Amino acid sequence: MGAYIIRRLLINVLVFFLITVVIFWLVHKAPGDPIAMMVPPDQLNAGSAAFIAAKRHELGLDQPLVVQYWHWLTGALHGDFGYSLVNGRSVTSLLGERFGPTIELMGTGLLLSLVIAFPLGIVAALRRNTRVDYAATVVSLGSVSIPAFFIALIAIYVFTVKFPILPSSGISDPSAPSLVDSLQHLILPAVILGFANSGPYMRYVRSSMITELGADYVRTAEAKGATRRRVVVRHTLRNSLIPVLTYIAANLPQQLAGAVVIEQVFAWPGMGQLAVSSVGRHDYSVIIGFALIIAVLVLISSLLADVLYTLVDPRVRLN
Amino acid sequence: MTERSEGIEDAAPVVTPPDEGGLMTERSEGIEDAAPVVTPPDEGGLMTERSEGTSEPPLLSIENLVVDFATDDGVVHAVDGVSLAVRAGEIVAVVGESGSGKSVTAMSVLGLVRTPPGVIREGRILLRGEDLRAASGERLREIRGGEIAMIFQDPMTALNPVMTVGRQIAEALRLHDHDLGADDARSRVVTLLRKVGVPEAERRYGQYPHEFSGGMRQRAMIAMAIANDPDLLIADEPTTALDVTIQAQVLELLRTAQRDTGAATILITHDLGVVAELADRVIVMYAGRIVEEADVRSLFARPRHPYTAGLLSSVPRADLDGDLVSIPGSPPNMIDPPGGCAFHPRCPMARERCRTDRPEPYDLGDGRRSACHYADELDEGLALYAAGEEAG
Repeated sequence: MGAYIIRRLLINVLVFFLITVVIFWLVHKAPGDPIAMMVPPDQLNAGSAAFIAAKRHELGLDQPLVVQYWHWLTGALHGDFGYSLVNGRSVTSLLGERFGPTIELMGTGLLLSLVIAFPLGIVAALRRNTRVDYAATVVSLGSVSIPAFFIALIAIYVFTVKFPILPSSGISDPSAPSLVDSLQHLILPAVILGFANSGPYMRYVRSSMITELGADYVRTAEAKGATRRRVVVRHTLRNSLIPVLTYIAANLPQQLAGAVVIEQVFAWPGMGQLAVSSVGRHDYSVIIGFALIIAVLVLISSLLADVLYTLVDPRVRLN
Repeated sequence: MTERSEGIEDAAPVVTPPDEGGLMTERSEGIEDAAPVVTPPDEGGLMTERSEGTSEPPLLSIENLVVDFATDDGVVHAVDGVSLAVRAGEIVAVVGESGSGKSVTAMSVLGLVRTPPGVIREGRILLRGEDLRAASGERLREIRGGEIAMIFQDPMTALNPVMTVGRQIAEALRLHDHDLGADDARSRVVTLLRKVGVPEAERRYGQYPHEFSGGMRQRAMIAMAIANDPDLLIADEPTTALDVTIQAQVLELLRTAQRDTGAATILITHDLGVVAELADRVIVMYAGRIVEEADVRSLFARPRHPYTAGLLSSVPRADLDGDLVSIPGSPPNMIDPPGGCAFHPRCPMARERCRTDRPEPYDLGDGRRSACHYADELDEGLALYAAGEEAG
C-alpha cells in the first residue's frame, strides 16, 4: 500500500502542475482588470490611463502570460505564491489565517452531518417503509432541497432576532473571547452546514444498510443467535460503511463549497469569504491560491477515499 | 420392477444407494452416542407420534406448517401444510426442486423467514415439545446456534466478508457462553477448525473469508454450526455451490460431524446423490407440500409417488441402461398452483380425480407416506414415463 500511495502522490504532483497552468491561464484571461478596478469609473481619463499602465508595468502584468507564469511558478516552488493586488499582503499569510476557521467550520459541519445521517439512515433502513422511514426521508429531502442560506436566514431570525440566544455573525466576540463564546458562534453555521450536507449521506447510509441487511451473512449471524442490535453493530454497519465512506471522502470538496456559502451568511472569517471578495476584485494571486487549495483538497480526497476503502474492506488491495 | 431394484442394490458410482448394513449401524451408533435418554426408534414407525409405546416426543416436529410470501404478483404459498418429524440422531433429507418450499420449511424452524415478505400463517414447530413459534426472542436466540444450528448453501456469501473467519466462529461460541474469554474462544475455534480439516488453523483463524477457498469456507461454516454441539443440524444445500471435486469431501465431513455430535440432521438438497450418500429417511416436496416420505432404501428401490419416480429417472445412473428421462412440463406457478394434485399437469398417470381432488399424504405402512391417489398403481404407472418420453 505504501508504494501505491507514493505512486499516486507522484501522479498527483503532475496533475497539480497541469492544474496550475490551467488556473493561471483562466484567471488571467478572464475579462476585467484588477488595476482598472481600483479607479472609480467616473474618474477614468488620460491621467488615470497612464496610472493604470504604469501600475501594470510595475506589477509585471504587461508581460507575456508565459513569462508571468514562469515568475509565478518559480516563486511558488519556493513557497512564494505572490501578493494580494488589493492590500499587498502575501497570499500564504492571507489564506493561512483563513484556513483554520474554514477547517473548523467544515470539520464540525461534516461531523454533525454524519451524526445526523448515520442514526437516521440506519433507523430508516431498519424500519423500512414505516412512518419512521418516511419521516427520515422528508428530513433528508428538506436538507437537499432547501438552500442552506435560506435555512440560515430563518435560523438567524429565530435564534438571534426573536430569541436572542445565539450570535448571528463572526467567529468570536473580540471583547470577551472564551471557549463558550466560540462555541456559541460556531453552533448556527455548523449545524446548518451539517444539516445541508446530511441528506445525501443519510440516503447513502440507508440504501447501503438495506442492501447489507438482506445479505446472506446476516442470516448466518441470526442463525448463530445474534440479536438484531448485534447484527447491525457488528456485521452490517462495517459492510455498509464501504460505499458510504468512499462517497463521503470523495464529497469533501462539496463540503468546502457549502462552507463558502455559509461563511458569507454568517460573516465567518474563512477562506470562502476571502475567495468571493478576491474574485470581485480580480485579485489574481489570491484567487489562484484559493483554487489551488481546492485542487489539493480534491486530489487528497480521492486518494483518501481509496485508502479508506482498503481499511474497511479487507478484500480490496491497492496495487 | 425387479430389474430396477436389482440395479439399485448393485450400487452406482453416480448415485450410490445406501447399503443396508452400514446404514443401520450408523444410525444406532449415532443415537446411542448422542441422546441416550431418547428411546431408540422401533423399526416400524418412522413418525414417532405414530409409533406405539414411545412416550418421548420427537426431537423436532413440524405440524401443518403454512408459510406465505407476498410478492408483487400475488401471494405465494411457499409451504402449504407441511408436517414432519425428526428424531434424535437421524438424518432426514428434504428433497425437491427450487421453489418446492424445502428451504422455507427449514428457515421457519429457526424463525429466519424474513417478514415481510414471508409470514408463517399456520402450524406448530415443536422442539422436544416446546413450541418455537410461541418462544420468546431470547429463547429463540438461545436455540439458534445452540440447540439448532444451520449450514447455508453458499459459503461465499454466508460469511461476513469484513470479519475474520476465526472471529465469526468465536462469535458463535461466545453468543452461547457469555463467560467465555477471548483467548479461550480462540483456542476452541482453532480446535474446531482443525476438526473440520482446515490446515494451519492458527493462521487461518485470522484470515478473511475471501482468503479461503469455497470448500474451506464450507468447512468453516460447518465448524461454526457444530461449535455448540447442537442437537439438530439443518444443512441447506450444503454442497450445491461447491466444485464437484470438493462436494464429496464436504459430504464426508458432514457425515463425520454428524456422527461426532450425534446431532439429528435435516439435509435440504435437490441432489439425489447426496441423499443416497447421507440420509436415513427422505421427504420429497413438491409445490410446498410433502408428496412422499420413506426410508432412503425403500424410496430408491420403489418410489410411491410419480414425482419421486420422475426425479429418480432423471438422475444419471451408471447401473441402469437407457436414456435419461426428464419430468415433462415445468415447475408449477406458485401464485396460482394447479388445482387438485399440484403435480397432475406433469404426471403421466394423472386422471380426472387428480385435477379436482387434492391428495393429503397418507400412511402406506412401514413408516411410508405418499400423497398420490394412485400410489398403489405406481409400478405400472412408471412405465408411462418411458413411454411418454418416446412418444414426445
